[in-house]
Amino acid sequence: MMILGIPAPLLFGQLLLGVINGAFYAMLALGLSIIFGMLNIINFAHGALFMMGAFAAWLMLHYLGIGYFPALILGPLVIGAFGIVLEKVLISRLYKLDHLYGLLLTFGLALVIEGLFRNEYGSSGLPYNIPRALSGVTDLGFMYLPVYRAWVVAAALVVCLTTWAIIEKTPLGARLRAGTENPALVRAFGINVPRMITITYGAGVALAAFAGVLAAPIYSVNPDMGDNFINTVFAIVVIGGMGSIMGSIVTGFALGVIEGLTKVFYPQGSATVIFLVMVIVLLFLPRGLFGKAA
Amino acid sequence: MLEVADLNAWYGESHVLHGAGFEVREGEVVTLLGRNGAGKTTTMKSIMGLVPRRAGSIRFRGAELIAAPPERIARAGIALCPEERGIFGSLSVTENLLLPPIIAPGGLDIATIHALFPNLRERARTAHGTRLSGGEQQMLAIARILRTGAKLLLLDEPTEGLAPVIVQQIGRTILEIKKRGFTVLLVEQNFRFAATVADRHYVMEHGRVIDMIPNHLLASSMDKLHDYLGV
Repeated sequence: MMILGIPAPLLFGQLLLGVINGAFYAMLALGLSIIFGMLNIINFAHGALFMMGAFAAWLMLHYLGIGYFPALILGPLVIGAFGIVLEKVLISRLYKLDHLYGLLLTFGLALVIEGLFRNEYGSSGLPYNIPRALSGVTDLGFMYLPVYRAWVVAAALVVCLTTWAIIEKTPLGARLRAGTENPALVRAFGINVPRMITITYGAGVALAAFAGVLAAPIYSVNPDMGDNFINTVFAIVVIGGMGSIMGSIVTGFALGVIEGLTKVFYPQGSATVIFLVMVIVLLFLPRGLFGKAA
Repeated sequence: MLEVADLNAWYGESHVLHGAGFEVREGEVVTLLGRNGAGKTTTMKSIMGLVPRRAGSIRFRGAELIAAPPERIARAGIALCPEERGIFGSLSVTENLLLPPIIAPGGLDIATIHALFPNLRERARTAHGTRLSGGEQQMLAIARILRTGAKLLLLDEPTEGLAPVIVQQIGRTILEIKKRGFTVLLVEQNFRFAATVADRHYVMEHGRVIDMIPNHLLASSMDKLHDYLGV
């Protein structure tokens, strides 16, 4: 079967890859957005923390015999706790300075973290097998769908939508939104905003680590795996609108699909299409697709 | 209830308060009057811990708060209704109302608040607090701190830019909450309005408190007051 002159299996295959990448884009962009909203810092360490999530899964399996599903919970908890320490010890010292310093600090942190992992584990990549319960392939009739990939998309959707619901629909989320708008006034109501900021950073990092654990069986676990994603994810955050929660999720998935389709119809453009979209969006909507007016 | 002594405050290099001192007794409505830039809003922010640097003494129910962070000052029982109202656009009207946590028993419940501010009941479903009219936003800003159990309310220019009929309603509200046992420190430009609600008036100039006029002497102090306020 051919669709628009393209063999259907190729088209659907690339679409699926696009959706998978989109799932990771969405989770990472979501964490970046939340952190940016509360801390006003562009967290350049996000890719490194995503990578740490994948390594956490690998290390837990190899040294402690902890399998995939426990790692999916424990990995984000451990790396999230690491994020909380980073925020407390380092990042929080920079809030009184220009935002650029936060960017430089997290960029430096990313380099240090990735360097340490490269020293210890090399850069060739470590294998992490798909858990048995999620291995295998389902025949959908028009294409074969690897079960693990379907799981990744479903898990990402659930996590993204849950995060969105917490932020937009709960009293806790109302505090976060208010803290993003006017942290001083929220403190003056008796809410401990500095602690809220710390926990928010931890939660954003935990999201990155969750994505990292999900990614471990798909991409080989290696110190640079975050780098491959993070540039694209920054572009997605800009396209979606800095700090917009739903914007990050929708844009993440949508641009994953656009990238996948570009691979089918114009493979040469697949590496740049997202940045092309970014330029076009910024020309007409400087605040991004879902950005709020100041 | 609140004793402020030798209060100094700075924004970066600029020294805004120069030893301001006054007191507010339980159950009173006290105003800070003064020209633009006299330091009234800065005084409010200093009490709440919202200025970058301050020194002196702020005692509330006997406890020294000069070094406390804003969240602890709030939990001690002081609440601020800020200049410009501080309504959150990303929160619905109801979320704005419920945002400040209850810090002590004795706050008003939602039914009472809706009885005081019928507009807020009608607009409860409005998705963005900032969609409300200026007057409604002001009522929301006052209403949300009545819930929390804080007994000292700092109201920073609640009548600014509002239509006379709304100003009257806010005046009635202040008298009503006074009757319910709240203590109010009010910043006002409009001393005619202040005269209708307050027990005493402090006059500020250049970051200091330069005079105190009990409300019953306000009429006989008009010349002096015109002088102070330049009206």
